Amino acid sequence: MSLDGSLSVRINGEHRRVPGGTTISEMVNQLGLDPLRVAVERNLEVVPRSALGQVCVEDGDDYEIVHFVGGG
Amino acid sequence: MNAPNPVQADTWSVAGRTFTSRLIVGTGKYKSFEENAAAVEASGAEIVTVAVRRVNIADPGQPMLTDFIDPKKVTYLPNTAGCFTADDAVRTLRLAREAGGWTLVKLEVLGEAKTLYPDMRETLRATEVLAKEGFEPMVYCVDDPIAAKQLEDAGAVAIMPLGAPIGSGLGIQNRVTIRLIVEGAGVPVLVDAGVGTASDAAVAMELGCDGVLMNTAIAEAKEPVLMARAMKAAVEAGRLAYLAGRMQKRRYADPSSPLAGLI
Repeated sequence: MSLDGSLSVRINGEHRRVPGGTTISEMVNQLGLDPLRVAVERNLEVVPRSALGQVCVEDGDDYEIVHFVGGG
Repeated sequence: MNAPNPVQADTWSVAGRTFTSRLIVGTGKYKSFEENAAAVEASGAEIVTVAVRRVNIADPGQPMLTDFIDPKKVTYLPNTAGCFTADDAVRTLRLAREAGGWTLVKLEVLGEAKTLYPDMRETLRATEVLAKEGFEPMVYCVDDPIAAKQLEDAGAVAIMPLGAPIGSGLGIQNRVTIRLIVEGAGVPVLVDAGVGTASDAAVAMELGCDGVLMNTAIAEAKEPVLMARAMKAAVEAGRLAYLAGRMQKRRYADPSSPLAGLI
């Protein structure tokens, strides 16, 4: 954790900082995404959509945020 | 004719869901979402395959597939395209299940980039894991009747052998193995991959397949929406021909007009 209390995380391979005490749902919203239209994996474990608003982001977390795209 | 027309009630079911259309279309390679949506409409497909990919967090406002093809009206079948190990495929589908909330999925585990041939050892392993976790996997596989049975035993809800390599448009290369898979299967069989044009789709259906899955044949046609219509007609024609039962082939001619009464 940094001096200002922000957390260092990776999202889809990119480094990001989020304020301490942020839930995953809040983090997804802050990215400009609708939590109802994505799926979130945290440290290789899928986070159920119903839990996104309860689970707080922790320093060092590694997230994958995915959605459906065109494919065959 | 008292018998009901069998064609009007000709539906097929996979994992407890019943569909009228026997054509499943992909949603990749289209020039635009609009064209993609129009092609799906023209194809009459009730199921579309979709891929699972990272959202672009640098540009989250981009239009999304779900804005154009409504998952409430068309069944989304998430795939594992691009996965080369069972672990990657299972991980992808766990996310897909959370993103969509459904367990009917398309499993494909690829062996190499050049041919996109399935790695059957990894495919079988992934099928077992997925079935244990409550998924209902429709499984892309080689056109091998033994492998098809093994997949079915492992929990595949549909067997989807390739007709030719993905995206090749070469048509069905081995009608014998496709027919053998159809004859031996207790779950639906759909040719997945290799269809290039309408006659290829008709051949698959004439062999007794329950359906056909295609992407590139429509998306890379000069007029995708027109080809989607063609594929709809071809799948229906092939299915009808299969149900009708084709005539026996002869080595030589047999006149259609009576020989008697010639002047």
